[in-house]
Amino acid sequence: MPSVVVDSLRKSYGEIRAVDGVSFSVEDGEIFSLLGPNGAGKTTTIEILEGLRAKDGGEVKVLGLDPWKSGYALHRKMGIIPQGFRFFDYSTPREAVSYYAKLFGVKADVDRILKEVILEDAASLYYNKLSGGQRQKLGLALSLVNSPQLVVLDEPTTGLDPQARRAVWNVIRELKKEDRSVILTTHYLEEAEILADRVAIMNHGRIISAGTTEEILEKEGSDERLEVKAAESLADYLKKETKLKVEYSNGVVSVLLERPHDAMVALSQIEQSGIEWKNLRTREDTLEDVFVRMVGGSPTEAGEVV
Amino acid sequence: MLSIGRVMADLQVTSRQFLRSRVGVFFSLIFPIVIMLIFGAIFSGGNGAVTAYVQDNDNAGGIPTQTSAAFVSALNSTGVVVLAPVPPGTNFTQFLVSHSSSDGIVIPAGFETRFRAGEAVNVSVYGSPASQTSAIVSGVATQVVNQFNLYRAGGSAVIKVASLTLKSSGAKYIDFLIPGLVGFSILTAPMFSLVNISSQYKRDKLFKQLSLTPLTRGEWLLSKVIWYIIITIAAFILMTLVGENAFGAHIALSLYILPFLVVGPFLFVSLGMLVGTASNSPESAAIVGQLITFPMMFLSGTFFPISIMPTWLQTVAHVFPLFYVVEGLTNVLTYGNVGPATIDLGITLIIAVAVFSAAVRLFKWRED
Repeated sequence: MPSVVVDSLRKSYGEIRAVDGVSFSVEDGEIFSLLGPNGAGKTTTIEILEGLRAKDGGEVKVLGLDPWKSGYALHRKMGIIPQGFRFFDYSTPREAVSYYAKLFGVKADVDRILKEVILEDAASLYYNKLSGGQRQKLGLALSLVNSPQLVVLDEPTTGLDPQARRAVWNVIRELKKEDRSVILTTHYLEEAEILADRVAIMNHGRIISAGTTEEILEKEGSDERLEVKAAESLADYLKKETKLKVEYSNGVVSVLLERPHDAMVALSQIEQSGIEWKNLRTREDTLEDVFVRMVGGSPTEAGEVV
Repeated sequence: MLSIGRVMADLQVTSRQFLRSRVGVFFSLIFPIVIMLIFGAIFSGGNGAVTAYVQDNDNAGGIPTQTSAAFVSALNSTGVVVLAPVPPGTNFTQFLVSHSSSDGIVIPAGFETRFRAGEAVNVSVYGSPASQTSAIVSGVATQVVNQFNLYRAGGSAVIKVASLTLKSSGAKYIDFLIPGLVGFSILTAPMFSLVNISSQYKRDKLFKQLSLTPLTRGEWLLSKVIWYIIITIAAFILMTLVGENAFGAHIALSLYILPFLVVGPFLFVSLGMLVGTASNSPESAAIVGQLITFPMMFLSGTFFPISIMPTWLQTVAHVFPLFYVVEGLTNVLTYGNVGPATIDLGITLIIAVAVFSAAVRLFKWRED
């Protein structure tokens, strides 16, 4: 039985359709990632699953329960880090975990949980002295206290430095080994690509593509692209002179290779343009390429599309 | 179902936040003591007694007559006024002015002779109509004059003026200040703290997070009420000890104080919660909280008895819930007056229940 089944979910705030007919399911023991820019409707979807918000329409079943009506029972089986997790300033991680254990009425091995999220070194620091990464790891620790079947992580690595982000990823991988289901929202494409078994890309309240990374790439991506480092004028030149699909970002001109001879066309036109270039390479499409094409931009650190 | 285990777990976290942040400790325990020391020092100087200048002009060769000496001694024995002798023959009015005082008593020359002869004689009492101390000096003088008249008429006092005697042995300013400051602590500690945390937790989505655990809103609120009852009792004990040891306050300790130390924090935890959750941001919550707290703090009889305020303001004071807390505490602590205190307690309880219901209704864990 799937952990989560969402069918035609709708939620509006006034005129704005935050979630507009979203359907997906999360299988047992699977890491499922909702990917999308800010305002795509990820958090609203997640909060409806958590029983924090009422839905306007559609069907939602989480671990077999209606989250809005049975939230209290559901929360005992779920582990959740809300977006922008915060805790009491003057509590240590050790105290926080043991507080949650008492609230859930479970016997928790505090040291083991802190070790699991790699927070044992900061176990006795006040929350307001923890770094951003340590705070997120505390959130993870708290979401594990009740040995949940399903863990929901809403942007668990937003704002973290790469090292802290990797530490959080390791913890999420451990969750999968323990056969828990995980729903992960993120606007970091790399994160979804690395961690998730299946991905759904959301934009404007809808899921615009879903499946494994490979499935999405197969469906939405081209096999390969040819890239050179050059000025944007080269991209403009290629767009004018050829029928190739050309993208430009951060000093890289990227040509989609849809047909076998596209590479030859591209190379000869690049040569003919007379524009200076270097570092020729070919590579396969990534999730980010698909995302950029479907959403119309790549997400910044803060999740805005540019 | 209410779980005592969860309430206790939350109480432990609450107490740690409170004690470790130190701000709460300062405002609920140390600040009232500082106020007590300051106000106590200002108003309790000279045992709170009123100074009255006395000029005895009835003397023979510089030695006061027997009767005038007895009159002065009678004034002195009331214990209400501290007598400051003024040399006979000095211009009394000028003397008062030069000593920045308006209160005095002058015994005229020939006082003894006329008194013995049964002839009318006037003891002059100086005072200013607006001054409270003048009223006290005048009252004391009248009392002694009445005693002398009674003695002269050969009668014995059937009715004694008990109020003056009671006043001398009992209520000093500090005795009003202690229940007032206990009330102050009951108001400010939970009020400021709850306004603060409820608006901040709302902003930081901490309530949302707690709603994902089995902890209920009621349990959360209950642990706050219990904690502030503990803090209030600690503040009460501290203030009583300091008041008694530093200022010789007379506190009528009785178990009847306890209901006030329970219902009071319950009321103001709820009010703080109500203000905090009804506001959109911690900043606006703080402003609304202070708009409610400050007038209530000054006009409910916390720092001075409301009897010194104009009548209209005394009427206004009745709208503040703290008024009933302080009046009740004063009734119990200063006068040992349980009857009227019960009415105060009842009114406090009714307001508390109303505010609590409103707070619980407005206080949301989650959003639609």
